[in-house]
Amino acid sequence: MNLNFLEFEQPIAELESKIEELRYVGNDNEINISEEIARLQGKSRDLTKSIFSNLKAAQIAQLARHPQRPYFLDYVQRVFTDFEELHGDRAYADDKAIVGGLARLDGRPVLLIGHQKGRDTKEKVARNFGMPRPEGYRKALRLLHMAEKFKLPVLTFIDTPGAYPGVGAEERGQSEAIARNLFEMAKLRVPIISTVIGEGGSGGALAIGVCDRLLMLEYSTYSVISPEGCASILWRSADKAAEAAEAMGLTAARLKELGLVDTIVDEPLGGAHRDIDAITESVKAALVETLDYLEVFALDKLLEARYSRLMSFGHYTES
Amino acid sequence: MNWFTKLLPTKINTEGAKRTSVPEGLWTKCDACSAVLYRADLERNFDVCPKCNHHLRIDARRRLDSFLDPAPRLEIGDTLKPVDALKFKDIKKYKDRLQQAQKSTGESDALIVIKGQVKGVPLVAAAFEFKFMGGSMGSVVGERFIRAVNSCLEHNLPLICFSSSGGARMQEALFSLMQMAKTAAALTRLHKRGIPFISILTDPTMGGVSASLAMLGDVHIAEPNALIGFAGPRVIEQTVRETLPEGFQRSEFLLDHGAIDMVVDRRDLRDRTAKILTMLTRRPAA
Repeated sequence: MNLNFLEFEQPIAELESKIEELRYVGNDNEINISEEIARLQGKSRDLTKSIFSNLKAAQIAQLARHPQRPYFLDYVQRVFTDFEELHGDRAYADDKAIVGGLARLDGRPVLLIGHQKGRDTKEKVARNFGMPRPEGYRKALRLLHMAEKFKLPVLTFIDTPGAYPGVGAEERGQSEAIARNLFEMAKLRVPIISTVIGEGGSGGALAIGVCDRLLMLEYSTYSVISPEGCASILWRSADKAAEAAEAMGLTAARLKELGLVDTIVDEPLGGAHRDIDAITESVKAALVETLDYLEVFALDKLLEARYSRLMSFGHYTES
Repeated sequence: MNWFTKLLPTKINTEGAKRTSVPEGLWTKCDACSAVLYRADLERNFDVCPKCNHHLRIDARRRLDSFLDPAPRLEIGDTLKPVDALKFKDIKKYKDRLQQAQKSTGESDALIVIKGQVKGVPLVAAAFEFKFMGGSMGSVVGERFIRAVNSCLEHNLPLICFSSSGGARMQEALFSLMQMAKTAAALTRLHKRGIPFISILTDPTMGGVSASLAMLGDVHIAEPNALIGFAGPRVIEQTVRETLPEGFQRSEFLLDHGAIDMVVDRRDLRDRTAKILTMLTRRPAA
């Protein structure tokens, strides 16, 4: 089994390895088999297209957590220039599960905040698998206020399984840290754009996700609880995660239908990790376009619209 | 009826029938000290065990009834009813779970809001009904909270909220998560107008409710020994793989760690909140 591919991608993996083999043979022999390779490549593309046009919610959840998926700092490096990371909450610690800093988007100074996961084991542990503690949210809050002070638009990037469930996190007020950010972001006097780039896990995601415009990458997810958590509570078995994922409708396409997401950023064939340059370009274009749009509004109008947007969330009847 | 009971004289049967006709719920057992308590005595004592002072969970409507002055009272947002917008189904349909909860609690959703007064201090009071799907916050709970805030803004009244909730309502998926942002945003309006919001945390206040409206009070009051936190103790135990310290996530623990202002006995809540509110609104003492 090829570990670069997810389980549902294995037919593609088999074709790709066949192509590799042929290439090897092609280099060795004088027989020209480039035609055969081209044919197989076309087949591989068609197969990928057909598999990816019919993805189940649970498969998209796997893609959102793909170990090779671009993380926040990958976008920081490619989409922005002049990045200067700003550390610490000025009270307790620097939580490496949330990264923040100043940067330029197409020349415009902006403030960036994002969840950060680790690539190798050592970094995963240092980043706490992208699960912030209260000091992470309080660092974000400090930076949000700084953005307000210097009138910098805020761009946040969501990619977390959720806020960290730990003893210390509870002792230092995880609930309050999240609640405070929701409150402050609702009234922050600068434009806020949030982009879900991977996993949008519950309150831990929302704590940097109250915004004027919500963008989601095509194969990212956003949900009130992880499919596994939902399954183990409602189905009483974590094995039902696939059903839970489907029922919660946590994909970008479904959430757009429900009016909870403003823009879907299309991903390259096979997912963001298959073509980092392509996804970089799409993310940048979407951010520039959205920011251009928001910057037209007078601040009071913008805040009024943000408030109305938040108030519109929910379904009920009134008799 | 089996062959043996058929053999018994009818006299004994009628006695058996009489025995089952004793009204249910006349007696209640304290969850903490197991003392058997006479229901009427317990109710007079605000559902606090007279033997060990344990605060039993109390229905939202009874809580508001005992907290507020008898009159005037006006319920807000009771016309709002939940809908199953996602057609959510786990092992049961959300629609059926709603119906069942409505039938067993007599409430249409998990938050009750009443405009009234406490010791003559006018206010809007909200209370979560834990028996309604674990007091979970969905669209109706969120919207009723907004109506409560709007009523406060309209009439310049302070807001009190008794929270008692397991968190967001999973069956409403991302809509329920967004209620966190929605309720928090509404509280910014009270803040701007200088209207007090007192959050009273009762057993249990967890997850999305704790991480939004419940932790955004000007004053945080907790009932004794209430479980309050973000992640549930079992989830934390599984994550950190160690046993949790004694009293972890209880009111007194939160007081020690600076998350709340005070722990107050339920029987003193009327006096203490009225006292605090009169000072925050610069009124003469109640």
